[in-house]
Amino acid sequence: MNWRETLDTSWSAVRSHALRSVLTVLGILIGIAAVILTVGLGLGTQKDVSSQISSLGSDLLIVSPGSSTDSSGLRGGFGTGSSLTASDAEALSSSVNAPDIAAVAAEKSSSLSLEAGDGNWTTTVTGTTPSWLDVRSREMLSGEFIDEEDQDTAASVVVLGTETATELFGTTNVVGRTVTIDGRGLEVIGVLASAGSDSSSNLDDLAVVPLSTSSSQLVGASSASSVSTIYLKAAGDGQLSAAYQEATSVLLNLHGISAAADADFTIASQDALVDTATSIYRTLTVLLTGIAALSLLVGGIGVMNIMLVSVSERTREIGLRKALGAPPWAIRRQFLVEAAILGLSGGLLGAVLGIASAFALPGVIGSSIEVSPAAVVLSIVVAVGIGLLFGVYPATRAARLAPIDALRSE
Amino acid sequence: MVERASSDGIVEPVIRLTEAKKVYRSGSIEFEALRGVDLEIGEGEYVAVMGPSGSGKSTLMNILGCLDTLSSGSYRLAGADVDDFDEVELARIRNQRIGFVFQQFNLLPSLEAWRNVELPLLYARVPAADRRRRAEEALDRVGLGDRYGNRPGELSGGQQQRVAVARALVGEPTLILADEPTGNLDSVSTEDVLGLFDELHGLGRTIVLITHEQEVADRARRTVRVRDGLLHGEEVRA
Ligand SMILES: Nc1ncnc2c1ncn2[C@@H]1O[C@H](COP(=O)(O)OP(=O)(O)O)[C@@H](O)[C@H]1O
Ligand SMILES: [Mg+2]
Repeated sequence: MNWRETLDTSWSAVRSHALRSVLTVLGILIGIAAVILTVGLGLGTQKDVSSQISSLGSDLLIVSPGSSTDSSGLRGGFGTGSSLTASDAEALSSSVNAPDIAAVAAEKSSSLSLEAGDGNWTTTVTGTTPSWLDVRSREMLSGEFIDEEDQDTAASVVVLGTETATELFGTTNVVGRTVTIDGRGLEVIGVLASAGSDSSSNLDDLAVVPLSTSSSQLVGASSASSVSTIYLKAAGDGQLSAAYQEATSVLLNLHGISAAADADFTIASQDALVDTATSIYRTLTVLLTGIAALSLLVGGIGVMNIMLVSVSERTREIGLRKALGAPPWAIRRQFLVEAAILGLSGGLLGAVLGIASAFALPGVIGSSIEVSPAAVVLSIVVAVGIGLLFGVYPATRAARLAPIDALRSE
Repeated sequence: MVERASSDGIVEPVIRLTEAKKVYRSGSIEFEALRGVDLEIGEGEYVAVMGPSGSGKSTLMNILGCLDTLSSGSYRLAGADVDDFDEVELARIRNQRIGFVFQQFNLLPSLEAWRNVELPLLYARVPAADRRRRAEEALDRVGLGDRYGNRPGELSGGQQQRVAVARALVGEPTLILADEPTGNLDSVSTEDVLGLFDELHGLGRTIVLITHEQEVADRARRTVRVRDGLLHGEEVRA
């Protein structure tokens, strides 16, 4: 009896118990679809989050006011007051105190209304220093970014994001035009190249002015020297943690705080954000995949159960086949192939269901699902493996039956 | 099959049972179904085994058909001791040398007639096209030339038993073992089946037919009587 004939025989056995076979296949199918979906959901979310976070720029440390109470490294809430000032930023840019920090950009943001002609648009106005462009890894679409002179003279200039420019003027070709903020006219000197959006904000809808301009003119004098965030760029890939330590000690020193635990600021790295988010999603994925794998195991036990029923129901047939000359291996193979057929059908149908849901679900649940071809192939292999594994015992039992005992059974 | 000669040059019979005993055990209860049977059957013989129910006839046939093994004594089939064979070799012997006909027909209900008949050829690794042709020829021989595609459920008892006879002869075995093949048949079908055995005997096949009906036994040349697990005389008709 060759493979084709074995397949024929097993297939007709599967078909002759259609309902039972379908129910068995269903168990495996659900398990496989669940594995594909959970792995896909984990991968998709992980990818979403890390692409959002990496849009921040590389080698970046983010200093924010207020202490962080959670140990995960994620930024804590924006603190009670503005514990960070422009002079903190200045101290951090000293190459003596902080040799591993290449660039520093202090930021001070508020939501303000911009006017241009009869256009009117409210957006985030960020006061910052010339190094911002480099630190945030941004590029210019046209014109110039603010320079040292603008900073020193608190010049009346502004750089717009592409969306802001379009909202105000209907075009991004706006260098030389004038925008009015708080009654003060500012000349547009440049437009930032588009950078999409990150987890919290639209990176193309903003207006950037010199920090000095925003401190003296646009924001109340009481908080003139305070800033909302200081971005630090490490000198190199390997220097991020050195930069982190230098920034911590400089700021503790400046703020007159002796214990790091009492710090009135929080420093987070992009890596820490990515790592935290990644590890959360990895844990979730592992958990969900574990649950899915359990359901596969249950499916496998279903196959074994059905195969055992099948063997005892067909004892007489086994006896007859043996009487007619079937060697034990032919019987074993017949039942193994039968189990593998159940596993394979479950695997293939489960993959179809899983992939179909991966396309249909994101629209409903709002997070992307990344179908991993490796996971699909692997789960089909696993499904067949489960069929075989859980088929071995029933098949061996069938093969071992003594011909006469099998033939005599009712 | 060529009969093998033993060392002294005398041709060995197809079947030689010596001091054959079979003990069934169920739990602590032992039952001796064969209590020392000596039996020789030569090539081409047509032997009927008669005896009351429970006397050990089926036990004897299972031994002869290599479906079961002796508790003690020896069974030589065509000159070779069956005890020396492993499971795979026994399967091959059943496949190539023996054709079975059972009282209960033992057809697989989900398979068409010709599929049932081809089963022995399937395990003999005969190519598919040959199998079908030979299965259909065998069905022609038992008078079921118009029933190739019917499943057992669509056939009468007599027709089913003829399918079983076709299955027994399709592999051209030298030994046909039939355990009460007419036990479930009406007199017309009985006559059909016995006619087929006569034909096979005419072609030189060795036939062992178990029955408890005298008219059936009368078709054979030699009748062996079994009682309580022992041979109890035999008669040979002229
Ligand atoms: N598997 C078995 N286990 C125990 N006893 C058995 C078994 N098979 C047959 N017997 C007993 O052996 C005796 C002979 O049985 P059997 O050969 O089937 O008789 P027959 O075919 O002549 O009616 C009977 O008494 C029967 O009960
Ligand atoms: Mg009997």
